[in-house]
Amino acid sequence: MMPELGKYAAEVMSAYAASLFLLIAMVLLSVRSARKARAELAAAEARKNG
Amino acid sequence: MGSIWEYANPVKFSRTATLLLPWVSILAAISLVTGLVWGFFFTPEDFRQGSTVKIIYLHVPSALMAINVWFMMLVTSLIWLIRRHHVSVLAAKAAAPVGVIMTLIALATGAIWGQPMWGTWWVWDPRLTAFLILFLFYLGYIALWEAIDNPDTAADLTSVLCIVGSVFALLSRYAVNFWNQGLHQGASVMRAGAVTGADTQEKVSNIFFYPLLLCIIGFVLLFVALVFLRTRTEIHKRRTKALLARERLG
Repeated sequence: MMPELGKYAAEVMSAYAASLFLLIAMVLLSVRSARKARAELAAAEARKNG
Repeated sequence: MGSIWEYANPVKFSRTATLLLPWVSILAAISLVTGLVWGFFFTPEDFRQGSTVKIIYLHVPSALMAINVWFMMLVTSLIWLIRRHHVSVLAAKAAAPVGVIMTLIALATGAIWGQPMWGTWWVWDPRLTAFLILFLFYLGYIALWEAIDNPDTAADLTSVLCIVGSVFALLSRYAVNFWNQGLHQGASVMRAGAVTGADTQEKVSNIFFYPLLLCIIGFVLLFVALVFLRTRTEIHKRRTKALLARERLG
């Protein structure tokens, strides 16, 4: 299944690994930050409403 | 259909973002995974570049996004400066870290691709240099937001920085045409003549172009999804800050 990358295999694989790592990290950090902000807002609104 | 300015209302924007976010995310994931799998596993080697041509599916979409995210930030910053809509400038703030990552991917994949093809990781070519400066502008933009406590002052100053940085975003795209020198080639994908076949200059073959187009669509949709999510997060943070300030006063 793996394509034959020849003498440039290291370059191609490292480009994919670095890019996918950065993209996945950005998505995960954004989701985590969104959940945290929503939870903090919910707590503040709960205190406000008594 | 309502006016676009309705979305300047944070509640309306959050509600719409929440509604659209799952659909945009699913479409982004489908486009990206299909484009990357198609490009990586099912396209041949290039007769000159060998298997390094597979880097195109990451390098071109990320470079396009790096430039266009800055232009999106420019438009939303101008809306802030002219109409003082908070959601607009929060969208620019939310987009900046995505732009940094896109620029970093473009620079990293460009260096990795350049080493075997040009014999060097980096060269002070006009396009590469403009891209590096754009990357530094992104970092400066984020640092400026963090450095200023008053949100309106931060929004004003970062908006001005965004206008100045647009020069380098423009140069990143057109430096090859302006100076006509350097190692980096001119546009071979997003050029009117290349798309319509009207000119005879070198262009990307269709066998690479179709999966590349899918990757570009995937990167655009991923950006839209992240901006919806991150802008909504910024709105939540502002609301929490306001409630906490009210609590302290009360």
